[in-house]
Amino acid sequence: MRAFEYLSPKTLEAASAAVRTAPEGARIIAGGQDLLGELKERIATPGRVVSLKAVPGLRGIREESGSLRIGALATVQEVAESPLVREKAPALAEAATSVGTPQIRALGTVGGNLCQRPRCWYYRLADFPCLKKGGGTCFAVEGDSRYHAILGGGPCHIVHPSDLAVALVALDASVEVVGAKGRRTIPIADLYALPAVDASRETTLAPDEIVAEVSVPAGARSAFRKFREKLSLDFAVVAAAVALGPKGPRVALGGVAPVPWRSREAEAALGAKPVTAESAAAAATAALAPAKPLKNNRYKVPLACAVLRRTILAAAGVADPGPPAPPATPAPTKKAGEDF
Amino acid sequence: MPEARTPKKPRRARGTKSAVHLLLRVNGEDREVTTAPHRTLLETLREDLGLTGTKHGCELGECGTCTVLVDGQPILSCLALSADYEGREITTVEGMADGAQLHPLQETFADLGAAQCGYCTPGFLLTAKALLEEKPSPSREEIREALAGNLCRCTGYLKIYEAVEQAAARMREEGPRGGR
Ligand SMILES: Cc1cc2nc3c(=O)[nH]c(=O)nc-3n(C[C@@H](O)[C@@H](O)[C@H](O)COP(=O)(O)OP(=O)(O)OC[C@H]3O[C@@H](n4cnc5c(N)ncnc54)[C@H](O)[C@@H]3O)c2cc1C
Ligand code: FES
Ligand code: FES
Repeated sequence: MRAFEYLSPKTLEAASAAVRTAPEGARIIAGGQDLLGELKERIATPGRVVSLKAVPGLRGIREESGSLRIGALATVQEVAESPLVREKAPALAEAATSVGTPQIRALGTVGGNLCQRPRCWYYRLADFPCLKKGGGTCFAVEGDSRYHAILGGGPCHIVHPSDLAVALVALDASVEVVGAKGRRTIPIADLYALPAVDASRETTLAPDEIVAEVSVPAGARSAFRKFREKLSLDFAVVAAAVALGPKGPRVALGGVAPVPWRSREAEAALGAKPVTAESAAAAATAALAPAKPLKNNRYKVPLACAVLRRTILAAAGVADPGPPAPPATPAPTKKAGEDF
Repeated sequence: MPEARTPKKPRRARGTKSAVHLLLRVNGEDREVTTAPHRTLLETLREDLGLTGTKHGCELGECGTCTVLVDGQPILSCLALSADYEGREITTVEGMADGAQLHPLQETFADLGAAQCGYCTPGFLLTAKALLEEKPSPSREEIREALAGNLCRCTGYLKIYEAVEQAAARMREEGPRGGR
């Protein structure tokens, strides 16, 4: 790690100012479960680290006029175990349960989960001067892209790593942030922007803006499902969250795009009608229709389709009749080294 | 003329890039350390405080061998900044035994051979201790879930699960004793 000074201010405004005025750059630390990895690999080299631990009022989960209010420092474990979240926003509790390991859930916070940096292996190694680190290339295009984006990619092809964000996009959550210009509240989908906008970052926050609270409309039927290679701990290869609220269905995919990916195609296919096995399959197919896989991640298309179909059925409480019959077209012949 | 020095009260973590003065509570004792702000808790425990029972593994949060308890909860000391843990109750494997009296988990791990190379053992012991304090009679599935963040490269998981079950039974029979 590069040496840095450590500050622990007592208000969000002071924390934001401490970031803003740092002569050699600064980073916020909440649980540190993501930041420490970046500091150790020297992908992040701030001259100052600003801890949120002494800021009061950022913890806790409460219900207020039809919404769950979750403090930025609420831990992933608290979200996973909260009876309120389990009852009123089950997709979020399921997403939290799927994060990391017990140790990581104990320290990892909601704010840190939403603002964590990508896990792309080229980004995470200091030796690769990729687009995200200010270099000129996305190494996934020519390199090993098995875990990269199939939707919304380019010029950088990371997938967003947060499981909570996927659930929160489906649940139509909003985020309150504090910065130089005071407080503002934005829909969670607007917290994220595609690399086409700015490949160096995933969120739309100014560097000195801090997430204070997440607000989740309570009571929609919802579900979250995640496919991972290792059950004990793993980021999503593909995840899906579906909420069936009063304003209609909302569908989000994880592990497939540089942002938590809202699928309006799937939402339109589901429409306002009750979910059936057929409409779930059609919606999942519609969601993946725009997919543009890279060299090694074609497998994610049918995988995401299956995970989404099951998630829609789970949210609606409709029994899963099993996968629809595969289309009669023969599979394209693979070139050596294609797909993994 | 040399001035009489009164010992300074440790300042709260703040200030320079080279040193912070921290007051840490480790295994029930207050420990003062002057260390760099970018020290991880793992480094502070091992290098500043000489508590080498906590092990360096992957340094990435994936193996769990650096697990310590903070206020009774297992966390990864490799992903924690020491300065963030002032005033918290930190327990390392050195704090499990009560003098010469081993913790029941330490006894059953030894009795059953639940350690092969032993590198993962401190992390498993502490994670299991936290589990048994919360759930005195965990099911096998609950044990598997609680220990999912601890990796044993020698893959002796079955013995580890059995040792946790036996320790749980012993602790239920004997009631609380020893250790913290
Ligand atoms: C082995 C391992 C497995 C993991 N598995 C998963 C997984 O399966 N799913 C998943 O979603 N995540 C996973 N994670 C990522 C894990 O870091 C997050 O889940 C965790 O919630 C991050 O929270 P934190 O408080 O520790 O973040 P920190 O490390 O403290 O912060 C993360 C980033 O967000 C910024 N930040 C923190 N808080 C705020 C705030 N309030 N406002 C603005 N910016 C902020 C920091 O500057 C930093 O850049 C895993 C991590 C590890 C090490
Ligand atoms: S050394 Fe901390 S998890 Fe491996
Ligand atoms: S006993 Fe060797 S790693 Fe577990």
